[in-house]
Amino acid sequence: MADTIKIKKGLNINLLGEAKKSVSLYHAKEFAIKPTDFIGVFPRLLVKEGDAVKAGSPIFHDKFKEKVVFVSPVSGTVKQIKRGDKRVLEEIIISSDDNNDSIEFGKHDPNSMDRASIIEFLIQAGIWPMIRQRPYSVIANPDDSPKAIFISAFDSSPLAPDLSMIIKEELNTFKTGLDVLAKLTSGKVHLGLPEGRSELAGIKGVETTFYAGPHPAGNVGIHIHKLNPINKGEVVWTVNAQDVVIIGRLFNEGRYDSSVVIALTGSEIKNPQYFKTFKGASIKDLMKDNLKSQNVRFISGNVLTGDKVRQDCYIGFYHQQITVIPEGNYHEFFGWATPGFNKFSFSKAFFSYLSPRKKFMLDTNLHGGERALVMTGQYEQVLPMDVLPMQLIKSCMIEDIELMEKLGIYEVDEEDFALIEFIDTSKTNIQKIIRNGLDLVRKEMS
Amino acid sequence: MKALRNYLDKIKPQFKEGGKFEKLHSTFDAIETFLYVPDKTTSSGSHIRDSIDLKRTMTVVIMALIPSLLFGIWNTGYQHFLSLGQDAGFMEMVGYGLIKVLPIVVVSYASGLAVEFIFAQYRGHEVNEGYLVSGMLIPLVMPVDIPLWMVAVASIFAVILGKEAFGGTGMNVFNPALLARAFIFFAYPAQITGDTIWTGGLTKGEGVVDGFSGATPLARAAAGAIDKLPSIQDLFFGFIPGSIGETSKLAILIGAAILILTGIGSWRIMVSGLLGGVVMTLIFNAFSANAYMTIDPLTQVLMGSFLFGMVFMATDPVTAAQTNRGKWIYGFLAGFFAIMVRVFNPAYPEGTMLAILLMNTFAPLIDHFVIESNIKRRLKRAASLMKS
Repeated sequence: MADTIKIKKGLNINLLGEAKKSVSLYHAKEFAIKPTDFIGVFPRLLVKEGDAVKAGSPIFHDKFKEKVVFVSPVSGTVKQIKRGDKRVLEEIIISSDDNNDSIEFGKHDPNSMDRASIIEFLIQAGIWPMIRQRPYSVIANPDDSPKAIFISAFDSSPLAPDLSMIIKEELNTFKTGLDVLAKLTSGKVHLGLPEGRSELAGIKGVETTFYAGPHPAGNVGIHIHKLNPINKGEVVWTVNAQDVVIIGRLFNEGRYDSSVVIALTGSEIKNPQYFKTFKGASIKDLMKDNLKSQNVRFISGNVLTGDKVRQDCYIGFYHQQITVIPEGNYHEFFGWATPGFNKFSFSKAFFSYLSPRKKFMLDTNLHGGERALVMTGQYEQVLPMDVLPMQLIKSCMIEDIELMEKLGIYEVDEEDFALIEFIDTSKTNIQKIIRNGLDLVRKEMS
Repeated sequence: MKALRNYLDKIKPQFKEGGKFEKLHSTFDAIETFLYVPDKTTSSGSHIRDSIDLKRTMTVVIMALIPSLLFGIWNTGYQHFLSLGQDAGFMEMVGYGLIKVLPIVVVSYASGLAVEFIFAQYRGHEVNEGYLVSGMLIPLVMPVDIPLWMVAVASIFAVILGKEAFGGTGMNVFNPALLARAFIFFAYPAQITGDTIWTGGLTKGEGVVDGFSGATPLARAAAGAIDKLPSIQDLFFGFIPGSIGETSKLAILIGAAILILTGIGSWRIMVSGLLGGVVMTLIFNAFSANAYMTIDPLTQVLMGSFLFGMVFMATDPVTAAQTNRGKWIYGFLAGFFAIMVRVFNPAYPEGTMLAILLMNTFAPLIDHFVIESNIKRRLKRAASLMKS
């Protein structure tokens, strides 16, 4: 019988705009792979504009780890290579030919392969970037041997897609993916599930754990901390649940099929629902006649950790959700003094706490100015880890690597601090501070 | 409201860099953000943010202080007419109280905020809201007959040396309001000790009825006059002389309830502070070496500024311990020492101020040990893994 871990600390943010549980097909015309999605990768292009590509064709590789290639999600032609400031490679746009031709790798049975040849195969097929590691949340190093692999099969963040619903459609492929991952570690493969959902329970060969409680109960970082915390020098690998399915498809069908189900959510979307498409799809056509207003923020991912994108942008490599919320660029007369029946707050300083089940429409307003870190004892209430958040944040700010190590920098990721950033009275960009801390330690250690 | 917004937008460029009133940038900013929550939006990280900000937080603390302030105003009048032996109506008492108390509040805010604005402009940051609370706390811990210029000097001292010298709000080691009081205590002891200063007009001593001394319960206890202490009811409701805001424990408890229910004041510090005070009193009771030591815990806790200090001063998030476990230790010791200093200190009847200032000094040390224990736990985990 699988264990249930109860998470007490945390916060569920009830937002308007949850996706209806129906999945439509979405034929995007354009797809893109964005090198900026991959932390610490220095891309070197392998194609040029006008080249014909198939699903699985290499697009670029990492300058310092050449064998790790990043491949095209669909077949078509390279339409544009977009660069930003200082010629940073931002997007490689591929216009789809709708044929979905893919490179044939041939079917493989993971149970009859050894670890080295599985890794070789994953790298060759361009799937390796889906396997990420903690600490640092970067693409895993194929030469490492992780002490465990963690997969969270539920997302507890605001308006998040229902992963159980998505994955149970391809349960067998998912199982193949898990078999593949089981070969990569000498430890266990951990599967995190939400309490009360049984669609994915009872899968053999993995250690299933149920989690109850508010967000961040679904964060893989919390699962690692509760079951097998990372000490200095140790490595844990993580894979998104939908990416496990993609790995399964590679072995079962012998080709890179990047189809994913994404949730289109947010209070400014007229018809929030699920769409099946390929990785990196353009979101432009999804928005056509689907917006309630014009002054909106497009987010690839969820409202807590996602990326701010343009309307004609593309879904991030690791994202399975698009959120559209109103921009908050307005002045509010005596906003801090109102009773606040309509203002969502973790604190009880607004009367909205009298209606905890109410769903809110939140915008991007900061609701105040940036201040010194005055309040204490708040952060601890939304971080279900034995980590002192305020002290860790401060050690990152002063770039004291030794102190960061002692306070547990290896166990955390910026997404684990997203709720802290949300509730923060001083309006500090805490995820950025943690990311800078992680980057600093990573550079120092490599 | 649109007209006001348009006006602000119109004059805003003059306060920007290169504008005519560039030097008043922080002042304009403070006024603008006071009137309107800014239109700033998130740029990275979490796209949505909690509605709370420091202004709201400080407003809640001020709301929690209002019951104490209102009762203090009434009690000032009540004690005054009591000392004169005159009968007075409710409005007369409030009227007298307003005349005495409001100027202290105004002077405290005006002098302290002036310094805050100057420093904000000089340092080029926004005006912090911290002083909104300090400015209210300072009058509430003053005796009603304090000279106004002294309030101004103390407030300015507290802001400059207590806060700005350390880098501003959030960086200070000592609670500014307590520092203001300590400043007066050491610089002008005559104006903040003795029996006559706690009742409005008593300093001059004209027309006081026989038998009215104006001594606070603490002064009586220190003199060993335990039998002359006011009743528990009077101590609780606050019909006694004392600093403006400290007398009514009922008003303080209403404030404590507001702080705890909104989650803005630390209940850990309040509870452990009370516990520390009670434990110290019980230890004294066990020895009972003198009359003061025999006073029961309830009376000890209700006397003087003990509750006011534990609810409003010790809970200051900047100067208290910052870790949750540290808060328990910090609060307990603050309460413990408050009663100890009160009973043993021959020169000054109240110990709360000095006890909290002392604990402010030790708060970082307490946190250090809590942090070390967290670090050790992590190291032990790694070590046990190595063995297995």
